[in-house]
Formats: sequence, structure tokens, C-alpha cells
Amino acid sequence: MRAVDLATASILILLGGVVVLDSLRIGIGWGTDGPRSGFFPFWLGVIMIVACGTICLQALRGATDKPFVTRAQLGPVLKVLWPATLMVILIKPLGLYVASALYLGFYMRWVGRHGWVTLALCAIGIPLLTFVVFETWFLVPMPKGPLEAWLGY
Amino acid sequence: MGVENLFHGFHIAVTPFNLFVAVVGITLGTVIGVLPGLGGANGVAILLPLTFTMPPTSAIILLTSLYWGALFGGAITSVLFNIPGEPWSVATTFDGYPLARQGQGGQALTAAFTSSFIGALFSIVLITFFAPLLAEIALRFGPPEFFAIQLLTFSSFIGLGGGDPLKSLVSIVLGFILAAVGLDIVTGQLRMTFGFVDLMKGFDFIVAVIGLFGVGEILLSVEEGLSFKGTPTGMNLRVVLDTWKILPRYWRTFARGAFIGFWMGFKPGGATPASFMSYAFAKRFSRHPERFGKGELEGVVAPETAAHAAGVAAMLPMITLGIPGSPTAAVMLGGLIIWGLQPGPLLFTEKPDFVWGLIASMYTGNFIGVLMVLAFVPFFAAILRVPFAILTPLIVVVCAIGSYAVHNSMIDIWYMLIFGVVGYVFKKLDYPLAPLVLALVLGDLAENALRQSLIMSQGSLAIFVTRPIAGAITAVAIFFFLLPVLTPWWRRLRGAPGPGPAASPTRP
Repeated sequence: MRAVDLATASILILLGGVVVLDSLRIGIGWGTDGPRSGFFPFWLGVIMIVACGTICLQALRGATDKPFVTRAQLGPVLKVLWPATLMVILIKPLGLYVASALYLGFYMRWVGRHGWVTLALCAIGIPLLTFVVFETWFLVPMPKGPLEAWLGY
Repeated sequence: MGVENLFHGFHIAVTPFNLFVAVVGITLGTVIGVLPGLGGANGVAILLPLTFTMPPTSAIILLTSLYWGALFGGAITSVLFNIPGEPWSVATTFDGYPLARQGQGGQALTAAFTSSFIGALFSIVLITFFAPLLAEIALRFGPPEFFAIQLLTFSSFIGLGGGDPLKSLVSIVLGFILAAVGLDIVTGQLRMTFGFVDLMKGFDFIVAVIGLFGVGEILLSVEEGLSFKGTPTGMNLRVVLDTWKILPRYWRTFARGAFIGFWMGFKPGGATPASFMSYAFAKRFSRHPERFGKGELEGVVAPETAAHAAGVAAMLPMITLGIPGSPTAAVMLGGLIIWGLQPGPLLFTEKPDFVWGLIASMYTGNFIGVLMVLAFVPFFAAILRVPFAILTPLIVVVCAIGSYAVHNSMIDIWYMLIFGVVGYVFKKLDYPLAPLVLALVLGDLAENALRQSLIMSQGSLAIFVTRPIAGAITAVAIFFFLLPVLTPWWRRLRGAPGPGPAASPTRP
């Protein structure tokens, strides 16, 4: 817990530093017609660094041995995350509907061990339903790929 | 004057189309409230793109109805599954779940829905009368007053939020920093883009809401190895009528809960402390405090009344001042801007149809809502019996669609994933997420108010103290900011060690 707390606060301090530097670059003082662009972010960055520094000190003094995440907990989280990342990568070449069908089917088979019939029904039915709702009812276009192009959309 | 306007509002809200929209909104909202990982805020965020082509009044009715539905839906999971869908439903589980275990689930749910309805009604009546007055006062506000109100908004997260005040501060500042990324509209200068074209557009708060609350929440729930062990609902007309006969006995609890809810609710982050406070008061004044926590009906009435009253009261600053009181109200505010409306006090004079249609729809929406949830509880509870391996990827896909639809841009789906991981880590480390979202929404407004004020005063910060209204608000804000520092001193002064800061309620 403490290590992650420290790491998060440190990353935020770095972020605060980047903000302060960029604000200094564009000017934090008084321009011709009021405060310059860097004025507001500069002070935000300063507050961020001070607050996260204090959080670091607190974390160093406090001794909690509760683990941030156990191995048993991390497993299911990663099982959601990396297929989801893969789906997002696939959206560009395949389109959102095909990518989500693959993702749904893969996750259901891998984690839920569902039968092929349920799997086919959900993995094809759900993207089809979203297609009808978004593309035809509400006219909100989603990224489409070769399959939709082949079908004439 | 209020009553005529309200009647006019009912003319707008009670058209077949708008009633249909309300029913759709409540149904979807209840489903969203029941599902783990989808709450009011990201439900509204995901549906927002669908409203772009609707008339604004129907659009806001859809979104507010969704919000009422989500509030009702949270009660279903709290009572039947011991899973609080939202932080303010935590107190409902204390007595709701034991009641359900004893076979009194129907009674507990009836009490929860009825209390929600009464709490909401109380706040709506107050909004009807106070909103026009507040808007009229707010018309005279200048930039210093608005900045002072923003200060007050964020100070109440720090002073009254209940969590670690430093982490609340970091959340707020991070939200403001993310809001500042991209084009500075005042000077036209690029900030913190470091030459990346994608960063020029900045971060959209809708995507942040979907990532932080949607994906982050899903990651938290899978970590706990979700297995829903629900109790049967046991709901029928007889149970409802029998419970309604008992409920008037608790009128004091209703009144207290509604007042606490409204009072805490129009300040940000108020719903959760309001529900806990109302529960604590009910226990304190009860003749049988020992029964609380073991299945006392009053222990369901108290938090639900307060939470719903607070949830509705959060709309008051949104429609009058243009400053949202909760993440959900923040998303709706974003909706107003997208539909081409300027949120703030001018709405009352420039778009009376919209405002009064919205207020009238709060009455109709909550009325339809309570009837619908009472009638269809078993159906909504059945959603949680859908296998978990289908629900999880489905919610992720829905979140991705919602993020993409905001700007039709692929990068937003990536931001959603990143915000999801950030939300997961922040939630585990007790960084509150609501202030981050509110700061991200209000960032530009707050910065402009600050800069305009400083231009008015030639750079002197004294302007926030010397103007009477701004001065008073700033004083309260400073008091809230200092509250976490003052409280320990105050305790030591009185010689009592006092309990430590109340642990912030999180999902169990």
C-alpha cells in the first residue's frame, strides 16, 4: 500500500513539476491585459507539489502493511484490462462492432466458460443491437471496418 | 409567480413524447443503477451523445429521469444483494440487507422507494420556490462572486468530504490541471501540449467520467471476485400496502432526513454524508437504538430519504448558478452547453420553457419512477442474475461506445482506458474522484472568473474579500478549507481525544 501511495504521489509531483515548467515558459506574470496564460496552471502545479510532498511524508511516517493488491485480486483485473486493450487496438482495423464481438466472445469463453451457443448469441447479438440503436435510430456513427463496408455501410 | 410558471412547466413536461422519454429514462436509469460499475454519472455520460439531436427539454428530461432511476436502482442492490451501487446507498445496506435476509425484502424495498420519493419531493418543492429567487440574486453576481462560489464548492469537498483533506485537494488540483490542457481561450496560447496535436483538444470530462467511474468501478468489482447472492424480492401489492400503513409512524425520521438531505445536498459531495448523518440521527433519537443494524425499517427510511433529497438538491446550484453539486449534475451541465444553452441565472429569463419544463419533470419523473420500481422490482433484480462474464465485457464495450460518441475520436477510447486505471488506483488509495470531475468541468469557468476578477482589481486578491457578497462566501470557503486543520486543535482545546476522522465510505 505504502509503496503505491508513494509512487502515485511522486508521479503527481513530477506532473506538477512539468506543469510549473510549462507555465514558466508561457509566462506566469501580468501581461498587457491581465494575468498571462501560465498564471493559473503555475499555482495549480505549486499546490500539487506541496500537497503531494506532504502526502509522501505522511506515507513515510505511517506504517500500514496492508498490501495494495494481492495476487489473487490482480489476476481478474488484468484479465479485464488486457483483452480490453486488445479490443481498443483492433477497433481501428476491424471497426468497433467486430472488435467488440471478438472481445465479448473471448472473455465469455475464457473467464465464464460459457457454451458456444450462448457465446454466439451474445457475441453477435449485442453488437448487432448496438448497431441498430446507434447507427440507425440515433444516427451516431461508430468506427467501422471491412465487414461493414462489405455489407454496404 | 412560481405556481403559474410551474403550471406552464407541466404543460411542457406532460406531453406524450416527454412522458415516454421519462419512462425510457427511468427504465434505463434503474438498470444502470442496478448494474455494478455503472452509476448515475457515467450512465448520463454514455447516453449524452444520443441526446444531441433531441430538443433540449426532452433531452434534459431523459437525463434527469435516468438519474432518478439510478437513485432508485441503487436501493434495489443495497437491500437485496448488500451491494451499494453508489456511496450514498451504503447506509441503506445496514438495515436493508438484514431485513431482506429475514424475508422482509419487500417491506424494506417499499420503505426505501417511498422514502426516496418523499425525500425527492421535499427537495423539488423547495427548488420550485427557491430556484427563481436564487437565480434573481445570482443575476447580480460578477466574476468575483462566481469565483468565490467555486471556492466554496471545492472547499466543502475538503472540509466536509470526510476523506483525507490533502488527497481531496490533490484531486481538485489534478482536475483543474487537466482542464487547463489545450488552447487557452483568453489569450489563444497553447498550454501543456508539448507539441502533441492530440493534446490540443484537451481532456473531455465526459470521457473522464466514463473512465473513472465506469471502467475503474468494473476493475474494482472484478477484483472482489463478484458473486451475487441475492435474496428473493418478496414484493407484491399486499406487502406494499401493509408497509405504507406502518410508514406514517416514522414521520419524524422523514422530516429530519429530508431537511438534512436538502441542506447537505446543494453543497457538493453532500449526498453521502447526508445519508450517514440521517441514519445516525434516526438511531440517536430512536426508542430502540439497539435494533439498528439488525433489520430496523427506520434504518432504511432515514438514509434513503436524505440521499434522495440531497440528490435532487444537487440540481439547485446547477440550474441557478451553473455550478453543479454532484458529478451527475456536472455531466448534465456539460449537456446544457452542448445543446447550446448557457447555464447560469440567465436561463430563468431566457429559457423559461426549458427551466420550468425541467422542474415540472422532476415531479412527474419521480412519481412515475416510484410506481415503476414498485411494480417491476423482480425484473430489475433479475439483471444481476445475468452471468458476470457477460456483464463485465458488455459494460466495457458500452463505455467504449460512449467515449467514442462524444467527439467521434479514437483517442478518447484510449483516454477512457487510462482514466479507468487511474480511477482504480485512486479509489484504492482513497483519493476522491468526484472533486476531480467537478474541477475538470468547472476548470475554464473558474479560471476565467479568477482572471476577470483580477483584471477588475488590477491584480489584487483583495477583491474577493472587500465586495460584500463575495467576501461572505470567501470567508465561509476559507473556514471550510481550514476545517481539517482546526478540528484537531478544537478537540485538544476541549480536552477530549474525540474519535478520529470518520472513515470515508467506500464499496465494501
